[in-house]
Amino acid sequence: MYEILTGPLLWIAFAVFFVGLTTRVVLYFKGLDWRLDRVAYKPHMNYGIKGAFRSVYRWLVPFGTHGWRAKPIFTIMFFAFHIGLVIVPLFLEGHAVMIRNGLGIDWPAMPQLLADILAIAAFLAGLGIALRRLLLPEVRILTDIKDVMLLVLVLTLLGSGIIATYHTANYSFWITLHVLCGVLVLLTAPFTKLAHIALFFCTRIQIGMDFGIKRGGMKSNFDW
Amino acid sequence: MPEGTICNKRPVATREDLDALLADGNGKKYYAEMEELDVDVEKLWATIQKTMKSRTKTWLEICAHCGLCADSCFLYSVNERDPKQVPSYKIQSTLGEIVKKKGNVTNEFMRMCMDTAWSKCTCCNRCGTFCPYGIDMGVMFSYLRGLLHSQGFVPWELKIGAGMHRLFRAQMDVTVEEFVDTCEWMVDEALEEWPCLEIPIDKEDADIVYMINAREAKHYPEDIVEAAILFHVAGENWTMPSEGWEMTSLSLFAGDWEACKMQVETVYGAMERLRPKRMVATECGHAYRATVIEGPYWAGRPDGQPPVECIHYVEWVAEALETGKLVIDPTKRIKEPVTLQDSCNYVRNAGLRDCGRIIMKHIAEDFREMSPNKEHNYCCGGGGGFNGIGRYRKQRNTALKMKREQILDTGVKFVIAPCHNCWDAIRDLEEEFEIGIRWSFLKPILIKMLVIPEHLLPQE
Repeated sequence: MYEILTGPLLWIAFAVFFVGLTTRVVLYFKGLDWRLDRVAYKPHMNYGIKGAFRSVYRWLVPFGTHGWRAKPIFTIMFFAFHIGLVIVPLFLEGHAVMIRNGLGIDWPAMPQLLADILAIAAFLAGLGIALRRLLLPEVRILTDIKDVMLLVLVLTLLGSGIIATYHTANYSFWITLHVLCGVLVLLTAPFTKLAHIALFFCTRIQIGMDFGIKRGGMKSNFDW
Repeated sequence: MPEGTICNKRPVATREDLDALLADGNGKKYYAEMEELDVDVEKLWATIQKTMKSRTKTWLEICAHCGLCADSCFLYSVNERDPKQVPSYKIQSTLGEIVKKKGNVTNEFMRMCMDTAWSKCTCCNRCGTFCPYGIDMGVMFSYLRGLLHSQGFVPWELKIGAGMHRLFRAQMDVTVEEFVDTCEWMVDEALEEWPCLEIPIDKEDADIVYMINAREAKHYPEDIVEAAILFHVAGENWTMPSEGWEMTSLSLFAGDWEACKMQVETVYGAMERLRPKRMVATECGHAYRATVIEGPYWAGRPDGQPPVECIHYVEWVAEALETGKLVIDPTKRIKEPVTLQDSCNYVRNAGLRDCGRIIMKHIAEDFREMSPNKEHNYCCGGGGGFNGIGRYRKQRNTALKMKREQILDTGVKFVIAPCHNCWDAIRDLEEEFEIGIRWSFLKPILIKMLVIPEHLLPQE
């Protein structure tokens, strides 16, 4: 099972992930329409790029926007969750080995302790986000089964990975579960809300261009 | 009955159509007919397929259901944090459902959508600035309004308003002759105090063409004269067009995009005919949004710009004060604490947050900011057409509570509101809650504070 998961299936999953998300990005930008969106993207590209950059950058910085500052606890959970999910998979020693072996390139790794801290922080933050979803009426009313399944998948991915790191008695179960969840994330990303991995940047670029070109960007920078 | 006699999918095309709607009094018959109105599912779905491209589609699809938009929405806050007022819920349960069902929705559902689109969202766009993805539910509600309008599900007053634009190219029935007459007699009345005052009509190649809100021509003509006095004192070479002076667009509130185009093309026609260097827009938020920000797109202008440079009244005042064209008598500055209402339409949605501060620096000794303010200010409570729809009066009055709290928190008794909609909402909130405040546009208070050059004063 582990061999199949880390062998051809993993390659297929990566292919689906990258090709799928790239396609979504291309389709997104191809589908922008200056008449329907009412934004003159092309004639004012300079203002557009400036607005887009500010719109993405400010939202990537913890507490960088009015929105983040308005919800400090959520913001901490959000960044702990996302930093853990983006940085750890890329630079964990265990993953780096696979990349080095699989692709034959020199891939850097982060200290195990740091990886552990980030992963555990991400897991706890994910639990907090899940709890918030169940407890707050304004979030509960929006929540559907897909939101719950996605959180379960990602928390299982994180949890099984953390447990597997400590090589417990059931190592092969946890590592197989971990890789299975990883493959599932890669395979479903382009077709579910996980597509925000790429589409976050697209929608932020679009709204940044909207404000940068049309809604005031030629007179003052929007203070996100 | 697929189509009512006054509530139907056809926009107002003739005076008779308009009179029939107006004769309905408070829209009783209109809303009764609406209950029988058929939904043209095929047309609705075809329109969505043609007009809903990647931006809106992705917005609907990608929403993480995180609920961060909840507290950004003043309607959520003033309605006891009712989860059904969460912006994401409001749009997903209306537009989202219509899309999911490929337009196959019932009359009852469409009426629920109408009530949501016009009484639970003022299209202030604040939520869009608090969403990590930048999902702008105000923009989507505006789109939904367009879909609802095309199916005949639009509040009675806004069908009339859009009809006025279609027939008169103004939100009220003011003809060219009536407008020119109004300007003439208003100037006549002011001549004693302001010798040589004039409102130059249809002057070509002036520095400024001044454009207004039809309410000023119809109900507050003193506003036009005040503008004339200020241009006069500032020594501006200015004019007004006899036709195409109306910048507002109730059709924007109604989602009647065809009427929006008709209206704004008339305004651009005046700009092209008179070739001014710049256009100055009166103290109105949605009028500026309609003519300067959205209008170029309705008119199909690829550069997204109106034919001449357009500035809002607050920009002109800030510039005139900074350059010394208008000089404030230091002894006449506002002594009492005063606050400023930032309009969503030209502050959040057009980048003019600094102008108000420049003006306040010149005219007020104790200026106090509302909180939040500038591009994050809350809607006055009556934007997006909310002020003018009788069916939603109760909801609108509840909506005023946020502005009431913001004003009370500043501790001031005087509010400057350089926007017709905000001005109305603040007037109504005083009427409703009696918190003891006064409110004003900029023009009347500026005139009282100006240093008037000797040669402009009446000869003894």
